[in-house]
Amino acid sequence: MNIWLEPFQFEFFRNGTVAAVLVGALCGLIGVYIVLRGMSYIGHGLSHAIFGGAVVSFVMQWNFYLGAGLWGFLAALLINQTVRRTKISVDAAIGVITTASFAAGVALISRYQRFTRSFDAALFGNVLGVTRQDVLVVAGVTLMVAGVIFFTYKQLLFTTFDAEVAQVYGVRVAWVDTLFALILAAALIASMQILGVTLIAAALVIPAITARLLTDSFNHMILISTLTGAFTGLAGMYLSFYVDVSSGATIVLIQAALFSLTLALTSWRKRAAHRLLDTHIQ
Amino acid sequence: MQPLVELDHVTFGFGAQPVLEDISLHLHPGQFAALVGPSGAGKTTFLKLILGTLKPSRGEVRLHAHALGGRGAPRIGYVPQLETVDWNFPVTVEQVVWMGLVQRSGIWPWPGPREKEKIGETLERLGLGGLEGRHIRDLSGGQQQRVFLARALIANPDLLVLDEPTTGVDMASAENILHMLADLNHQGMTILISTHDLNTAAAHLPWIICLNRRIIAQGRPEDVFTVEILNQTYQGDMLVIRQDDMLLVQQKPHPHTYHEVVPDPVPGEVPSPAK
Repeated sequence: MNIWLEPFQFEFFRNGTVAAVLVGALCGLIGVYIVLRGMSYIGHGLSHAIFGGAVVSFVMQWNFYLGAGLWGFLAALLINQTVRRTKISVDAAIGVITTASFAAGVALISRYQRFTRSFDAALFGNVLGVTRQDVLVVAGVTLMVAGVIFFTYKQLLFTTFDAEVAQVYGVRVAWVDTLFALILAAALIASMQILGVTLIAAALVIPAITARLLTDSFNHMILISTLTGAFTGLAGMYLSFYVDVSSGATIVLIQAALFSLTLALTSWRKRAAHRLLDTHIQ
Repeated sequence: MQPLVELDHVTFGFGAQPVLEDISLHLHPGQFAALVGPSGAGKTTFLKLILGTLKPSRGEVRLHAHALGGRGAPRIGYVPQLETVDWNFPVTVEQVVWMGLVQRSGIWPWPGPREKEKIGETLERLGLGGLEGRHIRDLSGGQQQRVFLARALIANPDLLVLDEPTTGVDMASAENILHMLADLNHQGMTILISTHDLNTAAAHLPWIICLNRRIIAQGRPEDVFTVEILNQTYQGDMLVIRQDDMLLVQQKPHPHTYHEVVPDPVPGEVPSPAK
């Protein structure tokens, strides 16, 4: 059988690959706004906060998506409001709020030791466990996030560029921030199963900064970052199948390699352009 | 006459040294005014109170659109200080100007044909035609200032507010921008700017507001630019020279030379011409 199609005979691989491609694209898309706002750390923080929420909803026997989602959304709002209303900087606010939330999860786990095992997946991602229902959730969240970004494109762009001036021009910045916190929390929850709490931050940041190196246009940055995320999701799944390494780690390593390559190429090109300019002057 | 902007005993900040204290001011439709004062005098805070991004601790800020025959809140065009702009942000000139239409354009994430036309016209009007696709960093200081002016103008504002429009651009561009503003004012636009360049203000603006936590004085430049008022505003020794209709404002010459300040300087060396 064709080497490219062989893994697709397994249902876990089919589900996992669709989910990884969607999650890669989703994180790449949202990552653009996160990187440009200088909030790279928020993905890392919020996914930890959501872990706390997941444990709490498990103990309380709430629905995982609802409980963890609400928890993440509230944490994102709390970070936003803390930054806007106090002198506390964004990295400090993320550090306090999300780490406390993660600690709450860890505390609960150590109290009720019986479910320690299943939370390995939440921490490091487990693509083998992706079910059809998970794929549907990821697809739904991806559609929703893409829709929100499409229809609030201008408002989001202006708020990301300069929130204070956007407010003067009539953008309801608080509302835009809330909406963004909501889609971010949804995206993180959808990604948790694939990438795990500890690796989501990289998937949010790496495609976006890679795209930033390649273009000065916002539209192109969105496009390149989303496609990079999707492509590395696919490539990571294949590689992890053949070398038998955790899929989340493989995806992130491929992204990091792509970023390093882009960085090397763009700085080499810049130096070459300078050299050309210098020889012209002489 | 009904003022367009009204500040009624406005205080911002708390404690013994609030940022602004007991500010009362009227700005009438068609006025062209400059807010002057030293750094830390509260100029930017003053503007932000009018823009509504800051709320007064005491007193009230009122904007009256009906002063212009309109209803609701007047539309404000705001040009921030160039140094507050994130120049590494990946946006083109066209996208920045398009942001000015954020409340009016359709729901699509790109400008429609009529918006594109309007953006083109506005850029043309400000001498920026053909620069639509440029990244904002790849422009001169004067062009950068005009791009942000274009973003403010494209929405047809009732009031134009500019924070330090002559800072960070060369002298010719500053002159150019002030003449542009004077033209707009001539067409009826109400304009308020902040500046620390007193001579430029004296030569271009018919109304000056001297600010240092409080309003020290306001009036026409020839009435306001006196040694007493400027000393009080700048807490320093100012010198005002009047010649014919022109005003020259200067800090008093220092009563010393560098010989006294650096008594034992290390001399530099002029390298010999190229070998």
